[in-house]
Parts: sequence; C-alpha cells; structure tokens
Amino acid sequence: MEGMSLTVIGLGIIVLGASLGIGRIGQAAMEAMARQPEISSKIQTAMIVIAALIEGAALFAIVVAWLKG
Amino acid sequence: MRALKNLVFLLLFFVPVLAFAAPEETKEDAPEFDVTGMIMHHIGDAYDFHIISFTNGRGEKVHVSLPLPVIIWHEGHLQIFMSSRFQGGAALVAAGDDYLKLYHEKVYLTDAEGTIYYDDAHQVLNPKPLNLSITKNVASMLLASLLLAMVFISVARVYAKRGGLSVPKGLQLAIEPVVLYIRDDIVGAQIDKDKVNKFLPFLLTVFFFIWFNNMLGLIPFFPGGANMSGNISFTLTLAVFTFFATNLFGSRHYWKEILWPPGAPVYVKLFLIPIEFIGMFTKPFALMLRLFANITAGHIIVLSLTSIIFVLQSIYVAPLSVLLSLMIFSLEFLVALLQAYIFTLLSALFIGLAVNEHH
Repeated sequence: MEGMSLTVIGLGIIVLGASLGIGRIGQAAMEAMARQPEISSKIQTAMIVIAALIEGAALFAIVVAWLKG
Repeated sequence: MRALKNLVFLLLFFVPVLAFAAPEETKEDAPEFDVTGMIMHHIGDAYDFHIISFTNGRGEKVHVSLPLPVIIWHEGHLQIFMSSRFQGGAALVAAGDDYLKLYHEKVYLTDAEGTIYYDDAHQVLNPKPLNLSITKNVASMLLASLLLAMVFISVARVYAKRGGLSVPKGLQLAIEPVVLYIRDDIVGAQIDKDKVNKFLPFLLTVFFFIWFNNMLGLIPFFPGGANMSGNISFTLTLAVFTFFATNLFGSRHYWKEILWPPGAPVYVKLFLIPIEFIGMFTKPFALMLRLFANITAGHIIVLSLTSIIFVLQSIYVAPLSVLLSLMIFSLEFLVALLQAYIFTLLSALFIGLAVNEHH
C-alpha cells in the first residue's frame, strides 16, 4: 500500500511537469500565431510535434512508475 | 498567492461530492461494488461480446452476450468452437490429451480436473495454447475494417465513374477534404514532393483505421465499446509498420546521422552513436505508448466517473457523475480524432526525416 501511494505521488509529479511544459508550448504558440497569423499552420505543426516529444517523455516515466509500482 | 486561492476554490468544488457520500453508511448490507474489476474487465479483451446484464423477475442475474469463435492450434490439431462452450469458465473443452479452460478471460491448458497452478506471486503457471481466436477486440477491428472498406470502396467507385476532377457529392464531400488535408498539410509538409505518393497510402490507412477504431470504441453499446485502439498489441503493430517504413526506405544521410554523426569531434561521435541508435527504437515506442495510453485513459475516466454512483450508492451524485462523464465523453470524440492525427503526423515526420534528400 505504501509503494502504491508513492507511485501515485510520482505519477502526479510526472503529470505536473508534462502539463507545465505543454502549457508553455501552447502559450508560446498562441503568442506567435497572434503575431504572425499567416504562418499559423506551420506553428501549429511544430507545436504538436514538440508537445508530442514532452508527452513521450512523460509516458515513459508513467510506464516505469506503473511497472515498478 | 493567487495560485493558492485558486487551489482552495478548486477544493471547494469537491465538497458537495463529499457531502453526498453520507448516505452510503446506511447501506452496509449491500454487496461492495468492485470498481477496478469492472473497469479492467471493460478495457480488457474477452472471448464473448457482452451485450447487456440485468436482474430478472426472480432476482437472478442474466448476462446476454454474443459468443465468438475460439480458434486453438494444439499438438497439430486445429480446433474451432464457439466460446459459449466454456460456459463462462465453468466447463472444460477437450483438446487432444489436454483440456482447455477459460480462466479470467484467458485460455489455459489444464488436466481433466481443470486445475490452475500458481507461483508465489499468484501468477498462473499453466501453459497457453497457440490461440488465434476472434476475440472481442478482433471482432471490433474486423467491423472497423468492414466499415472502412464500405466507405472507401463506394467513394472510389464514384471517382472512377465521374472522374477525379468532378464536383464531389454524397460521401465524397465528407472524405475528400480529409484526404486532401492529410495529403497536403500533414504528409506533404513533412515528406519531399516526389515521395509523397509512395507513403500516402500507408499514412491514409493508418489515419482512418485509428480514427474508425477510436470512434467504434466510444460507442457505449453492443457493436462498439471494445477498447481496440487502447490495446497495446494493436498500437505495437502500427508502430512496427512505421518503424519499418522509416528504416527500410531511409536514405544514406539518415544512416550516416545514426552511425557516424557528421560535424562533431570523434569523442562526441562515440557518445552520440548509442543515443542515435536507441532513438531509432524510442520513436516508434513512444508512438505505441501514446495511442495506447490516451485511449485507455479515456475509457478508464468515463467508466470511473460513471461508477462514482455505484461506489457511493447514492442517486444524488448521479447528475454530477453523468454530467462529468458526458463532458469527458465529448472530449474523447476530439481525442479520437486528435490521436489519429498525431499518429499520422509523427509517422510522416519520422518517415520524412529518414527519406528526404539532404538540403
């Protein structure tokens, strides 16, 4: 039970980090799109790719936490 | 400081939930509801397609489900029978000298008494036969393939009859913009123009196959509801396809970047090579996990929010629970499309990085 609760705290930290990162990307992308709406589709693609990279790292951590917990 | 205030407000929103929990204590004799078991059963695979369960007039629990074919290859014999012969795990089915037993939605080989052996960690030790059964997930996948074939063959027929440049009508109107968007904005933006047509069929198939499977999984009643795209074997297969598409068609530059990264001192190169080599595998691995985790998490959230009613055993939480479920449910329709889009975009990106000419 103690291991389980530690895993859950770990998962919380992972999700916190990933959401902070993705939030920053979203903010930066929104600002860039507002400044230059004509290239917003390019910005959107880059935004999703970088968000996917962060998500990938978070997923790795979640899987490890899940397997260890 | 403001963040703290927001947090307190957020916590206040959950106070009503705790308030509703009170009547639960008056019903101590009611059987405890197993949330984890129910959710795991719903997101897992099964040998029959569950349709409905209800309690009849005499107070007996009735399960209505569609049995699916079990296909077992054991000791050189192919055995095909309907999963109803297992009677939900109560009956054994003979296979050569051994017997087949359905135990926790898995088929094991046992002796004539159907003994199940465990190790210390309570893992089943019985061997499994070579199992090619049409399970719930496979049936759902076949249904999605059938739907895909029906939609796209009918649209293709119209193009063949009326010409590719005709004004679209009917189903064409729904399909053409999506296909064009994938060709021009997803694949065309990542892969060189002269190579787009080589990879477009694969990427279009991946997109529509994932999307159809996701949407079928969101239908909460009989023909849908299987957690197909939240099954790790399914996403593994798709990711392996992307892995092969990337590495089999990779250009000279792509392999050079991995095996002898240019523009770096030798000691950095030696450090980079293992990283690049691992990167070859982590990219499809992340693709696999992303689709699996997103779809499975969606199913789990909807089911957990619904089961709040049964955990607290109170009708007063029902409006809140149904409202939250509906919100997540509509979000999942977006996620179903978004995950198909991201899988296609990232596959196109990885393929593009490998096959594009060096600029």
